[in-house]
Amino acid sequence: MADPTTPMQTPSRPRANNSGETSRGIATGKSATLEIGATPNSSDTDVLARAQAGDHQAFSQLYSLHKRRIYSLCLRMVGNVAEAEDLTQEAFLQLHRKISTFRGDSAFSTWLHRLAINVVLMQLRKKGLSLISLDEAMEPNPEEGPSRSFGAPDLALTGAIDRLALERAIADLPAGYRLIFILHDVEGFEHNEIASMLDCSLGNSKSQLHKARLKLRDALRAQGRQEAQP
Amino acid sequence: MNGDPGKMSCVEFQAQLSELIGSGEDPAAHPHVQGCARCSALLADLKTIAEAARQLFPSVEPPDEVWEHIESAIRREDKAPSKA
Repeated sequence: MADPTTPMQTPSRPRANNSGETSRGIATGKSATLEIGATPNSSDTDVLARAQAGDHQAFSQLYSLHKRRIYSLCLRMVGNVAEAEDLTQEAFLQLHRKISTFRGDSAFSTWLHRLAINVVLMQLRKKGLSLISLDEAMEPNPEEGPSRSFGAPDLALTGAIDRLALERAIADLPAGYRLIFILHDVEGFEHNEIASMLDCSLGNSKSQLHKARLKLRDALRAQGRQEAQP
Repeated sequence: MNGDPGKMSCVEFQAQLSELIGSGEDPAAHPHVQGCARCSALLADLKTIAEAARQLFPSVEPPDEVWEHIESAIRREDKAPSKA
């Protein structure tokens, strides 16, 4: 049984999204009343401890708090609504089975994301993608890496990037790059949190994110050149 | 590698760029960038991409059915005899 006094650690960088809600903030589920982006308080700790003790209502509160981010991660990784729903369901079922083993060594959100990422990677492997472990996800095929071409100023991206174009480019990234880009640049996790989730070094996390951005730049510039053709 | 940051080649600068960005320093202030239009354009692009990513909706609400399925599965598992 985990120590019930273990605080539910909070993410370090709440980010406002377009709806004005923090990406690490409250979910809009039926039973959620907590705010993860806020300073940890006794009710946060209490909900986690009660869920760990088998309290179904507390578990439903945890679901409400984390469902949006886990579902969104699944959706961005697999690009299919039905599949993302199944993966979200599987991630939270695994959470229900394993929640008593959470010891508070990392933030609960980080721990849950790691669990969900493993579920997603298993699914990608089933679909025939050559992803067997997080290590492999973090080391994409060199042929899939960004080009070494240096950006000539005349080919630079313009000030604003079309949202759909960016979504498309993200979806086309190799899974390992896509995962780290989503976790850092979209969801707002810090490198130390990502390193903990993916069990990799801080340097590896920074390096993979940089490569992901370079690859996105290649893709967006290619799209721009295509659109510029008569 | 060239010891003078201002005399770095683009390859040398870009080799340390991920660490530079990850450290929280402003890479645009690096002496190499001051005199290199290509690396300056690269940094501007990377900044644009990171800023655009922040404008994407980070989260989407799953349908209520997902929780209903989870609840059903939990009930089934709770009723099933333990494998231990």
